[in-house]
Amino acid sequence: MMAKRVMTVDDSKTMRDMVGFTLRSAGFTVIAAEDGKQALGLLASNPVDVIITDLNMPVMDGVALIRALRADPKWRSVPILMLTTESDAGKKSEGRSAGATGWIVKPFSPDKLIDVVNRVCG
Amino acid sequence: MATGHFDHLKSTYFQECGELLDSAYASLTLLSEGRQDDDTVHAIFRAIHSIKGGGGAFGFDRMVAFAHVLETLLDLLRDGRMQSTGAVVGLLLRATDALSDLVAAERTATLVAQGFEDALLAELGACALQGLGVVPPPVPRVAASSSPPGAQAVLYTIRFMPHPGLYRNANEPLLLLRELKRIGDTTIRAELARLPSLERMEPEDAYIGWTIALRTTADLSRIEEILDFVSDDCDLSIERVPDTVEIAADDAASPAAPDTLSIPVAKADQEPRRGEGYVAPTSVRVDVQKVDRLVNLVGELVINQAMLVQFGALLPPDVCPGLVGGLATLSQHLRELQEGVMAIRTQPVGSVFSRMPRLVRELSTQLGKDVHLVITGEGTELDKTVIEQLADPLTHLLRNALDHGLEAPDQRIAAGKPAQGTIRLAAEHGSGRIVIEVSDDGRGIDRDRVLAKARQRGLIDDASTPSEEEIDNLIFLPGFSTVDVVSDISGRGVGMDVVRSNIQALGGRITVHSRQGAGSRFVLSLPLTLAILDGMIVAVGRECYIVPLTNIIESLRPQSRDIHPVAGCGDVVAIRGDYIPLIHLSHHFDVPGAVSDPARGMVVVVESETAGQVGLVVDELIGQQQVVVKSLEENYGAVDGIGGATILGNGRVALILDVAGLRVTHPPRPQSTHLVQERWR
Repeated sequence: MMAKRVMTVDDSKTMRDMVGFTLRSAGFTVIAAEDGKQALGLLASNPVDVIITDLNMPVMDGVALIRALRADPKWRSVPILMLTTESDAGKKSEGRSAGATGWIVKPFSPDKLIDVVNRVCG
Repeated sequence: MATGHFDHLKSTYFQECGELLDSAYASLTLLSEGRQDDDTVHAIFRAIHSIKGGGGAFGFDRMVAFAHVLETLLDLLRDGRMQSTGAVVGLLLRATDALSDLVAAERTATLVAQGFEDALLAELGACALQGLGVVPPPVPRVAASSSPPGAQAVLYTIRFMPHPGLYRNANEPLLLLRELKRIGDTTIRAELARLPSLERMEPEDAYIGWTIALRTTADLSRIEEILDFVSDDCDLSIERVPDTVEIAADDAASPAAPDTLSIPVAKADQEPRRGEGYVAPTSVRVDVQKVDRLVNLVGELVINQAMLVQFGALLPPDVCPGLVGGLATLSQHLRELQEGVMAIRTQPVGSVFSRMPRLVRELSTQLGKDVHLVITGEGTELDKTVIEQLADPLTHLLRNALDHGLEAPDQRIAAGKPAQGTIRLAAEHGSGRIVIEVSDDGRGIDRDRVLAKARQRGLIDDASTPSEEEIDNLIFLPGFSTVDVVSDISGRGVGMDVVRSNIQALGGRITVHSRQGAGSRFVLSLPLTLAILDGMIVAVGRECYIVPLTNIIESLRPQSRDIHPVAGCGDVVAIRGDYIPLIHLSHHFDVPGAVSDPARGMVVVVESETAGQVGLVVDELIGQQQVVVKSLEENYGAVDGIGGATILGNGRVALILDVAGLRVTHPPRPQSTHLVQERWR
């Protein structure tokens, strides 16, 4: 079976590397982007199976990215996970109504991340 | 390269699927007729299991999921935990039909409508549960409480009813169900009550809900976590079932309404037992083209041998005494080789017969008729090409028998017959040919109606009074159809004339025998192979032609007084009071130097379905010979009256006559021989 491809979108390099390292070691292929706009640019030529995005980012934030993706038929059925914090209840529901599939609450363990990604992308 | 190999594997798999389904159908038929033995259910199980196994490797998930449920039920039958009642066998047959549709969809890469198999899945699940309910499960219930504390499994009932918009966030319930399965044993029941009719269905909405009985050692929080992402998009309840009412909980999981389905999900480690009853493959799969090449080469060899024999005959016997004996041995071995090679191409006719029970099942349901299909002689072997071409005509004949032949149950009872109609499909060997019969015990051909229709269509003369047999055969005429309203079942604009021309294209004949009120019998007589033909070599001028022996009725040298010219018809010859039209092959093929007076040459009387009997005027008969048929159509083009060509022992090419086609280029006789007779009285 082909490795599942994941895109991680986060302005924090630490976060990108952490997600990237965890998922790569679990057998995924990972592409990283620094914000929503860069993500859209990369996605145009790189199909992925799951998108994991932070919500608070410069240039184009997570909710805007989710909206943009869901508006495109090509991305309508691709799972999108948001990275949220406990205090971010408002953002989380905003993200959900924009079309996010699920969420991972920061901080999270590597196992939890793999578990959730597996749950949404089969 | 890799893809090509993969495609090859796939096509092998689909080929196998066909064979496996055929064998499953065959075993199911045994089961339905109460003729099963210990291995029958095992055989069905093995077939379905193999289909599932292969399908899994190619990622045909939907088909695999369906096969899995079917397999679960078969497993219960196999273990004797369930009895194969008529209802169960009926369900298995329908499920096998659906599986064969799913396989076909994968093969042709077409999409099967969503929910196509759901109703059947529901029935299968319900049936399996019922089976489990009747017989006490092998492990007593109390066993659960005796398991070590701490690891004690708890039973939860989860009701998961998605809102229509569930899919909009790209959530996939299937994955969640799979996740639940991972943490324990599940029995999942789909709730289809909210499923609207197809035309009102929104493709992107969620309609199906699930009730999951989950026995797990995991915490409630783990279950909640799995369903967390969808909890806002569904009605969700998770209840722990107290141990004391455990059995009641199982009852709750057994479906009360037909619109629910239960799928006992097998654990991953439940590998089927191998070894018992596993039969190692004893056949080799060979590309048909390779076989055809072999057939062709042997054909060439036969011609070559015939030439050698002729040259050998020219030599005085004392020149080379060993030659004659050697040639004789060569001929004998060659004949055996030829038979052996031909046998490779033959297949049991069962491969096409096995498709028919389904057709009959589906049509009889559609028509509201109760029909018993009896198949015999399915092991009879004939050429693969012939078998392949047989499916359409047989389908048509069966459709006709069901639609027009058999009466509705009440009409049958009124006529003093059993309500259940019988259709027989039989094959047997008969004098170098295969005879296939399709018969029914229905109303028979309504001759008055056929005659009236034929007159109305101008197919026969108003004044003529054809015999019963002639009337029956009118249904084979082009443009004849007795049903005024074109029905969905048999009247698709394809008439019996097409059936007949299909059979004739195979070198076969079709005849009908009917008794009013007692049924009809269609008899197809087919050659064993298309590659070799028994022919009579006839000479016309300096040319030789081959007349297929199966067409020949008799050969004779007529007296001059028996030859009569008829205006617009050419000559006819009187044979025992019958007048048979003559075709001068020399005129027909424009051969110079041939005998033109039939009384000085020979008349070969031949018969074909379309032309009836005609006499071919030839110079002389040379002899009978097996000839290897070379297609004229493939190498040159189709010519009316010519069925093919062959190479004679002397190296010359001879054309093989297509007797039915000969008539087309001959000035047509206005009526049948019968009417010509009338005119001459």
